[in-house]
Amino acid sequence: MSDQSLTLPSAVSEPQAADVEVNLSAGEIGQLSLWYLIWRRFLRNRLAVAATFVLLLLYLMVALAEFITPYDHLLSNEDFVARAPQLPRFRDAAGQFHLRPFVYGTTTELDTYNLDWVHKDDTSQMYPLKLFVKGVPYKLLGLFPSERHLYGVDEPGTVFLLGTDRLGRDLFSRIVFGGRISMTVGLIGVSLTILFGSVMGTISGYFGGPVDTVIQRFIELLMSFPAIALWAALAAAMPADITIVTRFFLISIILSLIGWTSLARQVRAKVLAFREMEFSSAATAAGASHFRIIMVHMLPNALSHIIVIATLAIPGMILAETALSFLGLGILPPAVSWGTLLQDAQTVGVVIKKPWLMLPGAFVIVSVLSFNFLGDGIRDAVDPFAL
Amino acid sequence: MLAFIARRLVYMISTLVLISFVGFLIINLPPGSYIDVFQAQRQLQGTHTAEAELEALKRRYGLDKPVPVQYWIWVRGFVRGDFGRSFEFNREVSELIWERLGFTVAIATGSLLFIWLVAIPIGIYTATHQYKLGDNVATIVGMAGLSIPDFMLALVLMVVIQRLFGFTVGGLFSREYVDAPWSLAKVIDLVKHLWVPIVVVGTSGTAGLMRIMRGNLLDILNMQYVQAARARGLREATVVVKHAVRNAIHPLIMLLGMSLPTIISGSLIVSIVLGLPTTGPLYFNALRQQDMYLAGTFLMFLAFMLVLGNFLADILLGLIDPRIRYE
Repeated sequence: MSDQSLTLPSAVSEPQAADVEVNLSAGEIGQLSLWYLIWRRFLRNRLAVAATFVLLLLYLMVALAEFITPYDHLLSNEDFVARAPQLPRFRDAAGQFHLRPFVYGTTTELDTYNLDWVHKDDTSQMYPLKLFVKGVPYKLLGLFPSERHLYGVDEPGTVFLLGTDRLGRDLFSRIVFGGRISMTVGLIGVSLTILFGSVMGTISGYFGGPVDTVIQRFIELLMSFPAIALWAALAAAMPADITIVTRFFLISIILSLIGWTSLARQVRAKVLAFREMEFSSAATAAGASHFRIIMVHMLPNALSHIIVIATLAIPGMILAETALSFLGLGILPPAVSWGTLLQDAQTVGVVIKKPWLMLPGAFVIVSVLSFNFLGDGIRDAVDPFAL
Repeated sequence: MLAFIARRLVYMISTLVLISFVGFLIINLPPGSYIDVFQAQRQLQGTHTAEAELEALKRRYGLDKPVPVQYWIWVRGFVRGDFGRSFEFNREVSELIWERLGFTVAIATGSLLFIWLVAIPIGIYTATHQYKLGDNVATIVGMAGLSIPDFMLALVLMVVIQRLFGFTVGGLFSREYVDAPWSLAKVIDLVKHLWVPIVVVGTSGTAGLMRIMRGNLLDILNMQYVQAARARGLREATVVVKHAVRNAIHPLIMLLGMSLPTIISGSLIVSIVLGLPTTGPLYFNALRQQDMYLAGTFLMFLAFMLVLGNFLADILLGLIDPRIRYE
């Protein structure tokens, strides 16, 4: 018996599948692959498609961070400490319209009452925004040396589109570089989650008995801790003298150590159902090994569900990394992530005086929302035979 | 019913034992022994540690004995209320923990009530008005509520309250009541402060529960017995409230126990921003200082609370749904 005849009907696990195929016997639709149907159904969900574009844009931004940002994200600038965002303008103080947007220069005064530097827009200085300006040299994607940046202004002007932090570092540059960590920690965490979760879930569901009981008890144990507290405890146990990269990977591992539990439970439920179906009995009768049955007959069937759960797990991981770094237990300075950036905005006083320091949070919300919409879209799409 | 409770009780106790293993593991996880950290901490504070003191510590925790014995010594102390010593505060862990756990429980309970009181009516409304304007608005607001980090929501809410009402929120008591003995006025003051953390912690939970309630109710409204009730000429309100909602709420009680970890997690983080004297700030600080007896015990107690909450939810479910009892 060939594999094809075994896997094909099982790939269509929904009971309605047979009816649909009968109805469409003449057309070519009957020959479309399951994945094509999923794809077509996904495209119909506008919100999910829009979310996909937003995410692609964010990842592109993060990948080309050196090119997109006008300044070095670690460069502090004591003349422009905590400057409010410099908005690009088209109309100057005299009311004249300029086709090329410009930003104002800065005048700095000492607020002798609060002992604080106050930066104001200086309407007498105007710096037009320019594209592809020369600046700090870098290597794009680590390969191509270049010194062009997407936008900038001529010296001595500055362009802090989203303002600066308490050391005068450009917030936009910091957000883009912070996204490198915040947007990837979830991806790596999720790949590990998929690995642990599907292996443990399949073993648990397929073999049953005492193995199942032990794994399920272990999952319940992990679930009986508040996740953020356990994450923090594990993060705090990391040695202090490790490099940023090691720390980053350890944090992804910690996030997935707890994240795999819910995936494992759902995979287990799926595998339990598949075990009772004819195709797995047929495989057993044909003399297939346990390993083969799991790899060829169980996992491919559960794959779409694994993808859905994994996509919906990414936002949780982004939020967890943000929270941990916010608490000073995740990514540590000088490395930047959206969580470490939000550490600057921990009190109401700061938020009222310097509201732009909350902007990294907006990026967190946008990426988390997009992943949620994407996950919802995939969830609706993986069941292409439902109406 | 008694057999059901007994079974759940045995189950709970075995989980508690496992949790104490994890607690012990966390205490011993950071590199360096307790004695080393203790000495380093003392040196930072500028005091010298006497050899005799170290000996006493070693004897108290059995640090020269094998690990299983150390665990046994630690667990045996629970009976006397001895959970180890925090060197940052130089006080017994048990003294530090009780009051703070109390406030955490208060906020968690309040949030739970808030979530149910807000989410269930909205869930019913959105299910009975599917795809209408109200449903879509609730969906969008709910999604947003799920996507905002708790601590940001807390900050924004504090700013809004400060702008709108002109008073500062944060902490659990006004300045004049912080050290005052308990009195009616202090309790009223507490309630005035408590609602902010409750609303903040509750918001993200509300979004999730609302969606689940909507889904459950939609499933049930499509069932034939609901149709039958309508056919008997009952008023629509009676059909929904008496026949459908009752059955839609059952699965939510099972979720009650499962939603506790999220609520506790939320309250831990929100407490930092709002400066509340709950478990959160003390716990995270203990972790940063590697004050492990304090941190490990806190973590263990949080998990104990959750397991207890699950146990109560199970019993509640057994009470209202007899099928569960005979599983």
